[in-house]
Amino acid sequence: MGQWDIYPEFEVVRNEARCTRCMGCIAQCANGVHSYDEKRQALLCDDAKCVDCHRCVAMCPTRALKIVKSDCALRENGNWDGDTIKEVFKQAQSGGVLLSSMGNPKRYPVYWDKLLLNASQVTNPSIDPLREPMETRVFLGKKPERPQRGADGKFTCELPPQLELSMPMLFSAMSYGSISYNAHEALARAAEELGIYYNTGEGGLHEDFYAYGENTIVQVASGRFGVHEGYLNAGAAIEIKMGQGAKPGIGGHLPGTKVGADISRTRMIPEGSDAISPAPHHDIYSIEDLRQLVYSLKQATHHKKPVIVKVAAVHNIAAIASGIARSGADIIAIDGFRGGTGAAPTRIRDSVGIPIELALAAVDQRLRDEGIRNEVGLIAGGSIRSSADVAKAIALGADAVYLGTAALLALGCHLCRTCQTGTCNWGIATQRSELVARLDPKEGARRLCNLLTAWNHELMEMLGGMGINSIEALRGNRLMLRGIGLTAGELEILGVAHAGA
Amino acid sequence: MSCEINARGLSAVELGQRLEAAEGSVTVTECLGQRFVGAGMDGRRIRIEGIPGNALGAYLNGAALEVCGNAQDAVGDTMNDGEIVIHGNVGDTAGYAMRGGKIYVEGSAGYRAGVHMKEYAGKLPVMVIGGRAGSFLGEYQAGGILVVLGLSGRGPIAGNFPCTGMHGGRVFLRCRPEELLFPQQVTARLAGLEDLEAVRPYIKEFCGHFGKDLEEVLDAPFTLVTPDSRNPYRQMYVAN
Ligand code: SF4
Ligand code: SF4
Ligand code: SF4
Repeated sequence: MGQWDIYPEFEVVRNEARCTRCMGCIAQCANGVHSYDEKRQALLCDDAKCVDCHRCVAMCPTRALKIVKSDCALRENGNWDGDTIKEVFKQAQSGGVLLSSMGNPKRYPVYWDKLLLNASQVTNPSIDPLREPMETRVFLGKKPERPQRGADGKFTCELPPQLELSMPMLFSAMSYGSISYNAHEALARAAEELGIYYNTGEGGLHEDFYAYGENTIVQVASGRFGVHEGYLNAGAAIEIKMGQGAKPGIGGHLPGTKVGADISRTRMIPEGSDAISPAPHHDIYSIEDLRQLVYSLKQATHHKKPVIVKVAAVHNIAAIASGIARSGADIIAIDGFRGGTGAAPTRIRDSVGIPIELALAAVDQRLRDEGIRNEVGLIAGGSIRSSADVAKAIALGADAVYLGTAALLALGCHLCRTCQTGTCNWGIATQRSELVARLDPKEGARRLCNLLTAWNHELMEMLGGMGINSIEALRGNRLMLRGIGLTAGELEILGVAHAGA
Repeated sequence: MSCEINARGLSAVELGQRLEAAEGSVTVTECLGQRFVGAGMDGRRIRIEGIPGNALGAYLNGAALEVCGNAQDAVGDTMNDGEIVIHGNVGDTAGYAMRGGKIYVEGSAGYRAGVHMKEYAGKLPVMVIGGRAGSFLGEYQAGGILVVLGLSGRGPIAGNFPCTGMHGGRVFLRCRPEELLFPQQVTARLAGLEDLEAVRPYIKEFCGHFGKDLEEVLDAPFTLVTPDSRNPYRQMYVAN
């Protein structure tokens, strides 16, 4: 330690009795924690470099390793907790802007955990999904207000373009660059197998993945990386990224060190050059301008693809969503402030935006009040952690949900929250080939399919319990929700009664 | 083969469909504000009489567009390849994020011309503006060549805050470096003969389109602006 060093947050504990000195951990840790000292013939570890990603723990053949939170304690108090003190130290030392990754870790209320689902008894029998049909298919897009008839009196069945999902879940936008080639491949394979979609994020579409186009949402962000006519037409839908829950009001920045040959080709920028997505779209200053981008994309894709507009959940989100619904967008995606990120300024991630639960409830209510809810599909994201969260989101008004962090967990992520360093030991948030190779795309896809299939089954069980046999009948059905331990104000925004009522 | 489409009364979508169906070179007459003309199109020639609406040639993929008049905002947004020639002025954000192809504007451009232009592999986007440019010229520029000649219009050759956030490409301004205020992360200096050789072919093409004399245009001091780093924000962060 030196005068200005901070005591390590984690300690690596090696059980010498179990360790066979196979040296596996040295190879597994890209952060260089483990090393072997020839002279002393001892395995050493530099705890200061450990990010608690559990890679070495998982791969140690004799289970000789564990990581523990250091008990070397700063004199914390109710106002100055350890993290806050350390953040001041880091900035005093470096003069830098604090940069973090993954979702907002602060202890803000998680409303999913304060909402309870209903079950029916006696008068409205529950349904057993194993014996009876249960519809989890969802169509995302504009729905006509009423059936349309042609001049001959027959129904015209022409619908605006829709996305068809076998279950109300999609993988959220994660760019090639922020995550690895193998992670993208796993998501693409799983989306295809499950009959859902994954999302390119703003990093373009790798040439190898055009084959998964039917299950791909291609994103257009302010930097327009890799956006060209072929890309726009390759996907099943186009998403305009206006905002991201983890960093509302902030653009993206992929450092040049991560822009290798392959990423350079996909993003269509020179190798080694920073990929900077400006905070705003420089051509959008109004809903009318947004409408222009929506329609220019529709025009370039022959009006065959639904256009999604993704925004971060912030104050006034209901009014923003109402504007977007009128911009011609087919689908609105709202990303809550607990949504993940490959890198975001800590202060923005932790203090800007609002929880998705409140945003979703407010938006659904506003669109209904204005009679335009059918004009758009609604996707909610920003930390959906389980099938119960999915069910609650749908009851609050979502058509489907975006899964980001949960999908990465299925791929091996251990939420060490250091994606910004580019040395992800699980081969996800990294571009180093030896690390990327650790993630087998087929195995990853299998685990993603497992997770979503299990969630979908749980969803059917919950639906059945409520005496409902389709997602349609749950959407916006807030009678199926009750709040627990919430204030009158919170209940009003959520549009639910308190438990017991 | 060539054909004519009268745009009177056509919606943007209808005009788009007609253009899509047409083959060879097309002349659009009586264009009046229809947006997205030529969006995403390749391999054809479209001459537009009248005033096209916003996002002319967005995502253009190789087609050649010529406008006999002014154009509005977002000309050549995210253009990939092709050529756009405007015999008049253009609105804001011309050439936003263009990656390839060329835009020649006889008159002046509004705010944010060439924002986030980028180059890649064999692709080098070029925009030549004959008149003046508004504020935020070449903001976040990541590649390509932006030229402003100042041959028409009044006031400074570019508005406030040119080249802010620039991290690639080159900007040529037909003026002396001290005439404008540049941000810290770029270098603005008098262009040498060698520098000018690189843009000469584009200025020549510009002169060809609009009947100007190349030598006369080149017979003036030019300022060359280049970024100091391809990684302007590297030093800014500390891991948390
Ligand atoms: S991987 Fe486990 S057994 Fe092998 S050297 Fe490391 S601690 Fe010892
Ligand atoms: S960073 Fe990960 S792999 Fe390295 S020592 Fe810590 S837990 Fe093990
Ligand atoms: S993706 Fe990798 S670096 Fe990021 S939190 Fe997960 S394990 Fe850590």
